[in-house]
Amino acid sequence: MVKRIIAKQENCMGCGLCEVFCTVQHSKSKDIIKAYNSERPKPISRVRVERNKPVSFAIQCRHCEDAPCVNACLSGAMRKDPKTGQVTHDPQKCMGCWTCVMVCPYGAIIMDKEGHVVAKCDLCQGFDSPACVANCPNEALVFKEAKA
Amino acid sequence: MAKYVIVGASAAGIGAVEAIREVDPVGTLTIITDEACSHYSRPMISDFVSGKADLKKVDCRHEDFWKENNVEALLGKKVTAIKFDEKAVQLESGEKIPYEKLLIATGGKPFVPKMEGSDKEGVFTFTTLKDAQVIAAKIASINAKSAVVIGAGLIGISVTEALVKRGLKVTVVELQDKILSLLLDPKGSDIVEAVVRKAGVNIITGQSVQKIIGKPDNENTVGGVILTKGDQVPCDLVVVAIGVIPRTELVTGTAVKTNRGIVVDNMMQTNVPDVYASGDVAEAYDFVLNQNRLLPLWPLAVLEGQVAGCNMAGKKSTYSGGTNMSSLKYFGIPVVSVGLANPKDDPTLEVLTKIDPEHNVYKKLVLKNNVILGMTLVNSIERAGILFYLMKNSTNVKKFKQQLLADDFSWASFPVTLQRKMSVVQ
Repeated sequence: MVKRIIAKQENCMGCGLCEVFCTVQHSKSKDIIKAYNSERPKPISRVRVERNKPVSFAIQCRHCEDAPCVNACLSGAMRKDPKTGQVTHDPQKCMGCWTCVMVCPYGAIIMDKEGHVVAKCDLCQGFDSPACVANCPNEALVFKEAKA
Repeated sequence: MAKYVIVGASAAGIGAVEAIREVDPVGTLTIITDEACSHYSRPMISDFVSGKADLKKVDCRHEDFWKENNVEALLGKKVTAIKFDEKAVQLESGEKIPYEKLLIATGGKPFVPKMEGSDKEGVFTFTTLKDAQVIAAKIASINAKSAVVIGAGLIGISVTEALVKRGLKVTVVELQDKILSLLLDPKGSDIVEAVVRKAGVNIITGQSVQKIIGKPDNENTVGGVILTKGDQVPCDLVVVAIGVIPRTELVTGTAVKTNRGIVVDNMMQTNVPDVYASGDVAEAYDFVLNQNRLLPLWPLAVLEGQVAGCNMAGKKSTYSGGTNMSSLKYFGIPVVSVGLANPKDDPTLEVLTKIDPEHNVYKKLVLKNNVILGMTLVNSIERAGILFYLMKNSTNVKKFKQQLLADDFSWASFPVTLQRKMSVVQ
């Protein structure tokens, strides 16, 4: 089964640190000050804290089993890795048509308007734990095998 | 003899190949296309003309796609007839390829109305990579400075943007009163039109081209167009982008039932046993209108091809349907339009709108009995997918209707029961 990031709503304080750490993780400099102040193209968070007080939780790509974004992708940038089951996105192939944005049921695909491509959670490839999970102060995000 | 034969190697053909191979990795599979290039992204040909995408990027799979999927691909080959009684397709060379299961995925062809002068050099259509290559080469060879695009729908606007990026002065001629009239209501259309005009495009609506005229020094080469009201617009190129019609020639006069396109059931089967149809050539299910109809859209063609492929390989699959749904990136103003965009006055429909002229933002939802039947989002589309999910599932939105158009609308706006249904949270 695919490892997914699951949000525990009752633990989420809506602090938004997941967004900060995701942004830094996906920056070139990996430096929080540079990432937020000077780096171009501007690094973007692929996780978003959705708030509707008192409810809050973080949402990112769920790596759907039958992923609407993969089926709808006009350019072949969005693919399902047959081995890992993860949905991967290749910004080099992306044509910025926003079709995936139109069909993602979670609203988890972020528009990089400067780069004219989309960005989404890549589960922080190469790290034991995605940055949002590792840095959530309240353990409101967990990384585990789960159904989509 | 091939177990599976697919005619047409674009979106529906690709979807079918991938689905067949998931179920049956070994059954012989032959795909035939009259195009020299295959598995390229048709919607990306405008990026090819503008110079933003090269041939490698335009490939929407990868170089060895056919090989890796164990497919015999016959490129640049034309199927001239289908012998349903013999269960074989016939190529131009006379060669016959027998099939056990056949998919007709021949797509659409551009509609070109009768117009005096349409045979002049410099008149193009815009649906294939070849079209894009020929246009790009033409611009370079004659150092084209201006173009007239006939039709302001999705294809017309996409080619217009590409030509503008190549430095051409473009005039768009649209018969309807508004541009993108199949996707936007007049208010939405006006916002996009203003943005397109700002990019230097000349837009003429409510008129068509009655005649294409030649250059003063060469009558056989495009020099301009004459509009229905008599105005003359000089240009070096004309691109006809009025729409596509299904390529049903292969089944005309056969037992295969057609309406405007090939008639299929929810398994993408035609009325002839072992014969399937998908993509722009087929009339597939529209979940908003609750009827089958032509919907020539790339993502739907892929899905329809997948359904056909699954069924051809013996794994039952049914098509849940699509609808008129497009997202546009052109001229830097993102637009999403799904389902009913501009319904006629109907007391049973409820319309919610939100407009922010300063930021070119316009949002509109059309509801019936608290179910969303249409959404139009201009310059604020990031939450489109969530609304699409609600549409596709005919979710009753009564409890959170007032939040649907909020900028921060999300799964957090949903009632808890609905949130848990999708296990967004635990």
